Amino acid sequence: MNAPPQAVDYIQVTRDTYDTLGYPPYAWVHNEGPVPWAPMTKPLADCTVGLIASGGIYRAGQIAFHFKDDHSYRVIGTDTPAEDLRVTHFAYDLTDARQDVNVVFPLEPLHRLVEQGVIGGLAPEAYTFMGGIYSARRVREELAPTLRDRMVAQGVDVVLLVPV
Amino acid sequence: MTSAWSITASAAVPRGAFVDFPLGHTTGKPHDPDGQRALVEAGLRCLETVTTPGTIVDLGASWGDDAWRADPMRTKVRNSASGRTGDSRTERHDTPQYQTDDDRLLAEERHGSEIACRACAGFDD
Repeated sequence: MNAPPQAVDYIQVTRDTYDTLGYPPYAWVHNEGPVPWAPMTKPLADCTVGLIASGGIYRAGQIAFHFKDDHSYRVIGTDTPAEDLRVTHFAYDLTDARQDVNVVFPLEPLHRLVEQGVIGGLAPEAYTFMGGIYSARRVREELAPTLRDRMVAQGVDVVLLVPV
Repeated sequence: MTSAWSITASAAVPRGAFVDFPLGHTTGKPHDPDGQRALVEAGLRCLETVTTPGTIVDLGASWGDDAWRADPMRTKVRNSASGRTGDSRTERHDTPQYQTDDDRLLAEERHGSEIACRACAGFDD
């Protein structure tokens, strides 16, 4: 499976940037072996969907993410109005996300898909964190299992992951 | 869903849906609710259509112009804004980085002054 020819290769872009700065290459996560797989057991229209996003989204009143290997997460009710949502991140242009958070945290599209019967429902809690976490180990051993357990406890059938 | 094919392919996710937009727009263009809904639906449909683990489906999304590809991490833009020429990456502050000062005041009112440490500990609300 090859990338479309026009797709930006961000691994290479990062390698070039680090090389220019005289840093060793960043060790992107590279997983070998069989890809984990859970087959769909029911139609999408009957599925409860969970949402996890890494674009640095938080709710007004919550503590914002910080930029130094922050692997904490925030719980955001999926009934939260868009005007109460905020975005912070060091590695992408936040301009559009701060004008319309649905470009990185698609609550409104998902609610419309529920109304249209495309998906069965939306889990009550979404989880967010801020990507750019340097320690892949902390994500693998702490953050990811925690979010998995919370999603399972909510009874989701599928989870939509929205990285930035 | 992903706008960074190579990173997602390297992580080997069960099912991927590629959105060829500049970073920061994984689920659509701003103020385009119909386009966002269609894109998210297309991403979710991959749950039903992908049968080979590790497949990334190109959703065929088009930003409209390709100018962003010349500076995908916006390095030149940020250097220009900061006047710097070397490391254009944002400084890695270890204190919460609020979108607005009102957010900071509200959070401090609710969570007190020990907030940075609590955030480090992975608290969730």
